[in-house]
Amino acid sequence: MKVVFHLFLQSATLGRKRAFLTIAAIAWGTVAILLLLSFGEGLKQQLGRNSRAMGENIGVMWMSETTKPWKGMNPGRPIRVTIDDIPVLASRLPELESLIGEAIQWRTNLTAGKKTVAGRVKGVNYPYGEARKQYPVAGGRFLSPLDEAERRRVIFLGNELAENLFGKDDPVGQTLLVANAPFTVVGVMQKKTQMGAYAGMDKDHSIIPISTWKALFGRPTVNNLVLRVRDGAKMKDAIARTREVVAAKYGFDPSDERALPTWDTVESQKVNQNVSVGIQMFLGIIGALTLLIGGVGVANIMYAVVKERTREIGVKMALGAKTGWITGPFVLEGLSYTLVGGVAGMLIASLLVLGMSFIPTDGNKVMEFLGTPKLSLPIGVATASILGVIGLLAGYFPARRAASIDPAATLRYE
Amino acid sequence: MSSRIEKHPPASGRPIIEMAGIRKVYDTGKVQVEALKGIDLRIEKGEFVAIVGPSGSGKSTLMNLVGCLDTPSGGDYFIGGEKVAGLTRDQLADVRNRRVGFVFQAFNLLPQISAFENVEMPLVFGGVPPKARRAKVAGLLERVGLGDRMDHKPTELSGGQMQRVAIARALAMDPDIVLADEPTGNLDTTSGTDIMGVFLDLWKQGSTLVVITHDLALARRASRIVEIRDGRIVSDRPAEQAA
Ligand SMILES: Nc1ncnc2c1ncn2[C@@H]1O[C@H](COP(=O)(O)OP(=O)(O)OP(=O)(O)O)[C@@H](O)[C@H]1O
Ligand SMILES: [Mg+2]
Repeated sequence: MKVVFHLFLQSATLGRKRAFLTIAAIAWGTVAILLLLSFGEGLKQQLGRNSRAMGENIGVMWMSETTKPWKGMNPGRPIRVTIDDIPVLASRLPELESLIGEAIQWRTNLTAGKKTVAGRVKGVNYPYGEARKQYPVAGGRFLSPLDEAERRRVIFLGNELAENLFGKDDPVGQTLLVANAPFTVVGVMQKKTQMGAYAGMDKDHSIIPISTWKALFGRPTVNNLVLRVRDGAKMKDAIARTREVVAAKYGFDPSDERALPTWDTVESQKVNQNVSVGIQMFLGIIGALTLLIGGVGVANIMYAVVKERTREIGVKMALGAKTGWITGPFVLEGLSYTLVGGVAGMLIASLLVLGMSFIPTDGNKVMEFLGTPKLSLPIGVATASILGVIGLLAGYFPARRAASIDPAATLRYE
Repeated sequence: MSSRIEKHPPASGRPIIEMAGIRKVYDTGKVQVEALKGIDLRIEKGEFVAIVGPSGSGKSTLMNLVGCLDTPSGGDYFIGGEKVAGLTRDQLADVRNRRVGFVFQAFNLLPQISAFENVEMPLVFGGVPPKARRAKVAGLLERVGLGDRMDHKPTELSGGQMQRVAIARALAMDPDIVLADEPTGNLDTTSGTDIMGVFLDLWKQGSTLVVITHDLALARRASRIVEIRDGRIVSDRPAEQAA
């Protein structure tokens, strides 16, 4: 080993320009793979966050018509769960974290001062706040159990609707006319990037207690139910159980899935996740190919270096150099290029990623969707080891070939 | 032919080189060239053997085999009593390092490193510690008259000086035998005579030498002349008897 180092340090290595190009190729490959994978990771995290923005472990069940006959009744009968039945149904479904009724009144006049907007007013049971991630901006709150019990005239606003109505003013505590009835604004939803929605985006809806809603609009039934479970894995069972309970109460075939069409968001999040894993793999493959090109570059240059120094190899062998003393310095040379290039690439990539994290995602639609790139340690380690292997092989094989020929032939080489 | 070798009195009786029926076939793919067609050769300690013969007769091929730079296609070869066939590549490297010193027509110094480092190289391979190396290299370069040129790169030296560095390098590990393939071939007459003088001095100081040369004047000053033609030894005699 001492001999190898002696020879490595002694052999005036590649021309400076060539060494620089090799290192640059490797650095470039490293930057490419790291950036691509960081973007993939950021995208994955952002997609996950966005797709969870509507709520986690929830299912949405709409009211429809029976499609199967039941106890002498023909199919085609509408099923409408009433607002008043929800507590009864909930008590029969202990496996649910919450069962929420959601009633919707479209295009209702909302008036704040002189400004009137046609908005969507939902009546919901209070656990909706948690289930559907209606997190209030500081200073406000979501609807409470008391609001619901006392049929209070309080309203919670989506952030864009609130801005439409109140501009820059703080809406909390202000009065809002809903279909000419005065309501007090208790909270505004925090801004969120929502991927996946039904009945419009949360940012422009408004929410009042379901009891108040029934009295205000005079309609006794819900548009849909929102089911929430503690454990996402139990979602399928929970949906079937809910359908059974509702079927028992309203008299239809519990196997009639189309009577209550359901969106299982746990299931669709899984699909989302697969998509982002797919995207990451795709980016990873592109990055790996880029790195491979860098590796081929190093291999190519090392091959040329060895070829150029064939005669020198012959001389050293004639003087008694063992095979390892010939290959060793070349391996070190290849390794040092990939090492320096790899480290440089990692530094550049880290700096770029760091710089990117200062770009605010707020208000930037692309970044809101893409998220900020995330550098991950395993990716860095994997890249480094791939580079190491490339450097090793690129130096070893050509030198090994040259060293395995009889020195007489190597010495004759011009 | 081997009977002829026996006729001439050995210089010391201790054989360094013993070859019997050595053949070498170059397989160039299309044609096979039989460069050596059965060589019997015995060289003893203290001899100065000049190898002569026309171009293409197989002199360099023989020299490469003697120096373990190439593998014979057939025959037996012992160097210092050690059978060469069957040695691993690294064992062969060791034999070259310890037993043989090479001087090439084209000098074959490494251009990027100094004269000192060139001479040091075999000592590095031989595992000699740095301190001992420095003393040895300095002594060798003094001996070939280049004590003041140690830090010069080969490109900063004349042809004759380069060949002196190469000779110093060949002597570094105190080899059993020094092999030189047309060492004056790339030199002008003056430097050539000069280098030949160096070889003669080495011989007088006890080295065993094998030198390929076209220079009959030099060959005559050797102790023995081996003449090769068409891959065979056609004459092997003490130099005094040479015409
Ligand atoms: N690597 C090789 N491949 C094929 N043939 C070779 C090779 N080396 C030598 N030969 C052939 O072997 C024969 C002997 O060559 P060699 O170099 O030993 O001659 P030489 O006596 O040293 O000649 P010169 O005085 O010109 O140096 C020649 O016919 C040559 O063409
Ligand atoms: Mg020759």
